[in-house]
Amino acid sequence: MSSPSKYFSIGFLSLGGFIMGILFWGAFNTAMEFTNTEPFCISCHEPIYQELQSTIHFTNRSGVRAICSSCHVPHDWTDKIARKMQASKEVFAWVVGTINTPEKFEANRRRLAEHEWARLKANDSLECRNCHEFEYMDFTWQSQRAVDQHSTALADGEKTCIDCHKGIAHRLPNMSGVEGF
Amino acid sequence: MKQPFARLGLIFVLSSGLLASMSAGAEENIATLRNGPISEEADPPRISRTNDSNERRTRNYPMQPPMIPHKIDGYQVDMNANQCMACHSRRNVQESRAAMVSVTHYMDRDGNFLASISPRRYFCQQCHVTQTDAQPLVANDFVDIDDLLSETPAATH
Repeated sequence: MSSPSKYFSIGFLSLGGFIMGILFWGAFNTAMEFTNTEPFCISCHEPIYQELQSTIHFTNRSGVRAICSSCHVPHDWTDKIARKMQASKEVFAWVVGTINTPEKFEANRRRLAEHEWARLKANDSLECRNCHEFEYMDFTWQSQRAVDQHSTALADGEKTCIDCHKGIAHRLPNMSGVEGF
Repeated sequence: MKQPFARLGLIFVLSSGLLASMSAGAEENIATLRNGPISEEADPPRISRTNDSNERRTRNYPMQPPMIPHKIDGYQVDMNANQCMACHSRRNVQESRAAMVSVTHYMDRDGNFLASISPRRYFCQQCHVTQTDAQPLVANDFVDIDDLLSETPAATH
């Protein structure tokens, strides 16, 4: 590696490197995107996918819907890579079967939910706001109950979406001791 | 020996005719209930809209459980969580500005007050229900007690 190449021209090497770079990057990104698809998530998380199906984030009047990664994976690239690296621990959990039965999953539901609540609390419910932007909320079209909460606690940043909207897309775990319950 | 058989035959003919007419009648009655003959798939009525005005409604009689003036789609009330109480419990009403559930809901059947909602009052929708814009299928001639009392004796003599 210390001496210049004897057999290949600089043009071949730089062009070859460029093409290989595109191929590797493309493959990496495709594999990464595949781990964001619904079939990939459902291959392990089928029960919770069934819970999603009766909620407004799955079926509604306008047909716009959220898939798992819409809420559970950051959309921004750097944050997404960070989350994917974190997920390597979840791959380990999958290997040892931490939640591979409904009973085990139920036993861990509160802990897993708390991870997601903490994540959304820390990033000010960023994944909610990717679609539900506060700036564009028209209070005149919201119900009075919604206006009362959104124009006060949410508007002045005292609360974030997840503070009130827990269990919006899945069943709630045992909520004893959770603030607001 | 032939007569009893003839009578039996007559009874059979008469009774089968009677049964046929009865079943035809039953079919008509069912048709009025389901808006079409039983052999056909009737168009279901449109799903009515839940009242979401958030305005309290007058109770029709003092003991009536207050009606829910908002949508409760997907609210979870089970062993894990009671989402109604996330707003209507004693500790949460100041923030939510909702009405606190009656103190009777914190009492057990012996009249002792509990720290949280009594298990026998846990399932809110056993008594409290939402209202929709559906038109009543059967007319209701209920009269409010105040209206009944204010009627002049001359009108009822």
